[in-house]
Amino acid sequence: MFEIVERQEMAQGTVISNWIKAPKIAKKAKPGQFVILRANETGERIPLTMADTDPEKGLINIIYMVVGKSTALFKTLQVGQGYLDVIGPLGQPTHLEKVGKVICVGGGTGIAVLHPIARGLKQAGNYVYSVIGARSKDLLILEDKMRAASDELMVCTDDGSYGHHGFVTDKLKETLTKHKDIGLAVCIGPVPMMKFCAKMTKEFGVKTLVSLNPIMVDGTGMCGCCRVSVGGQMKFACVDGPEFDGHEVDFEELTMRLRGYMDLEKVSYDQFKAAQSGGCACGGHK
Amino acid sequence: MAEEVKEAPAPKKEKIPRQKMPEQEPKVRARNFEEVPYGYTVELAQKEAERCIQCKDPRCKQGCPVEIDIPAFIRCIKEGDFEGAIRKLWEMNSLPAVCGRVCPQEVQCEGMCIVGKKDAPVAIGNLERFAADYQRMHGRDILPPKAESTGKKVAVVGAGPAGLTVAGDLILKGHDVTMFEALHGPGGVLIYGIPEFRLPKAIVAQECNFLERMGVTINVNSVIGRTDSVDELLEEYDALFLGVGAGLPVFLKIPGEHFIGVYSANEYLTRSNLMKAYEFPKYDTPIVRGKNVATFGGGNVAMDSARTALRLGADHSYIIYRRSMAELPARTAEIHHAEEEGVEFLLLSNPLRFLGDNDGRLTGVECLRMELGEPDASGRRRPVPIPGSEFSVEIDTAVIAIGSGSNPLLTKSTPGLALNKWGYIIADPKTGKTMKPRVWAGGDIVTGSATVILAMGAGRLAANSIHDFLTMGW
Repeated sequence: MFEIVERQEMAQGTVISNWIKAPKIAKKAKPGQFVILRANETGERIPLTMADTDPEKGLINIIYMVVGKSTALFKTLQVGQGYLDVIGPLGQPTHLEKVGKVICVGGGTGIAVLHPIARGLKQAGNYVYSVIGARSKDLLILEDKMRAASDELMVCTDDGSYGHHGFVTDKLKETLTKHKDIGLAVCIGPVPMMKFCAKMTKEFGVKTLVSLNPIMVDGTGMCGCCRVSVGGQMKFACVDGPEFDGHEVDFEELTMRLRGYMDLEKVSYDQFKAAQSGGCACGGHK
Repeated sequence: MAEEVKEAPAPKKEKIPRQKMPEQEPKVRARNFEEVPYGYTVELAQKEAERCIQCKDPRCKQGCPVEIDIPAFIRCIKEGDFEGAIRKLWEMNSLPAVCGRVCPQEVQCEGMCIVGKKDAPVAIGNLERFAADYQRMHGRDILPPKAESTGKKVAVVGAGPAGLTVAGDLILKGHDVTMFEALHGPGGVLIYGIPEFRLPKAIVAQECNFLERMGVTINVNSVIGRTDSVDELLEEYDALFLGVGAGLPVFLKIPGEHFIGVYSANEYLTRSNLMKAYEFPKYDTPIVRGKNVATFGGGNVAMDSARTALRLGADHSYIIYRRSMAELPARTAEIHHAEEEGVEFLLLSNPLRFLGDNDGRLTGVECLRMELGEPDASGRRRPVPIPGSEFSVEIDTAVIAIGSGSNPLLTKSTPGLALNKWGYIIADPKTGKTMKPRVWAGGDIVTGSATVILAMGAGRLAANSIHDFLTMGW
């Protein structure tokens, strides 16, 4: 079992952070890489990008939002409990090099994925502008960590409860307009966010990396479930990605494929919620 | 003249017909995941064993990639010495319960059987299965004897049929063996590729557990090429075997492959077999339970996919194949099983593009009719399109089972390993030695996707070569 040694609830309990004992993975993992986790014998294999690692203590950090049965099940795991299977590090690590000036944009739990990359880019000698956003102040995560990893940090909330009242794309546009010498943009968050960021950076001609989150099963390139179209070619997010050129990704196709199991996901989640609330899981009425 | 006493002629031995394997009824089994064949009873097994004429120079043994002494184990069954039968099998085969179920005996041992020249061959596969199952269900808790410890350490990458064979051989020879498996359980294609109704996973688990009881260490969730590298393993181990399999899905490269409901066979079978999606929602991994499913391809994997689709509730499960019945590469037994269960064969048909709705869900496939022309390089008649013969089939699930390529995850991250133009590892066919010192390879990663028993045969050769190297230095 891969034990949870530290656990935190954020964003009103909708986002959970786990530090997990996985020494071999912690030793090898680089920013941008992910792990596949399975809670138990009947569980799904799901990918989560590592938000951080502590190679000395042999720990990896995952931060996830509760969106369905598997993440809801993960949320029930307490310190001392753990995951049956954790596999990694998977995926290609982010190419961290000195470009000069870079802009990092993160939305929602994408900020957790963005943080090690922003930190790595800063360590590589880049001047890092960062923009992070959430629906409201309560749902914003990792502000302090992002501030430490960036030279300038801008915060946005959809409802205006904190920072700039608006979307991350507002601050992205503002920064790209003001500073014409930004050589790289890294945009990570919900698919619509990445899509619109990439559309914007394309107008400014700034090379852009996005981190994709298609459905996965094995994570080692043997099933093709995570296939995405990049520049008209079929790529596997698990072995060719998860990062790709944001201007080449077919976001519409990715959005459609992410909806592939919506009906079954609802069945699974409803049953889980019913069982958790003490009711029977059959869906029938008393 | 004294009357000569004539000896009565010897009574003519009654010819015993090949004993039929009891099986689930086709229409019943097409809707469940239980094993199709029930296995021989003791009576059936012994009766079948009588048919073997115990050839002095057995052709069957020559046809076996791991050279099992077939007449010997069959004689043990005939004499009621079932423990003797399994011991004979274990001398050459560490996975007899698997081989008895999935080997293409008709082109190997049974294909060479002398009895088969005039009659039906001896049912060697069924007898092997019987001996293995009998041991598992009724046998004493015995293990084959191990040689004295050599102090040498071997790492086996990939716990599929090739790797399991190498591990089984080398542990008996006294070496220390550790396996590294990327998935969360050992078996490789035995657990993710071959369906439950052909090879129950509980049996695979027991075969792997047998190796663990002999002293093999199996580390799961270990992706060599990511968690550890080959060079790192070579620092700790004296020799390495790479049996990572072909493992790269091949798509048709036609428009519409992105539609929801289009699967590679690897994904479809991994969801169903490894993740037990047929038990959803008891098991969390979902799978599309199509009503009209088309499987593209004609090999064993295609048959497995089409038969799985029926069990997942399909009204129609089609095999769409561009050549004719005679060219189907699948085992005759599996084609037969598929036909009996109601799989519909759309032959001489080639897919052009997938059709989908506005939500990105698969709704159909447009195909073109083919006819057979001159033979191509493979010796099979080449399919030639018939212009203007387009037709559509309404489907909601497509499974693409046209082969597997070489997964580059390990090969691309291992310097010094020579690969051929398709990305497979170049290895000596007699020894499994690669171009990288102290590294051997075998199975699909060398040959491209083939069979379980060929992988085992390659494992056997590599194990012998590794043993020679560890004990004699070459």
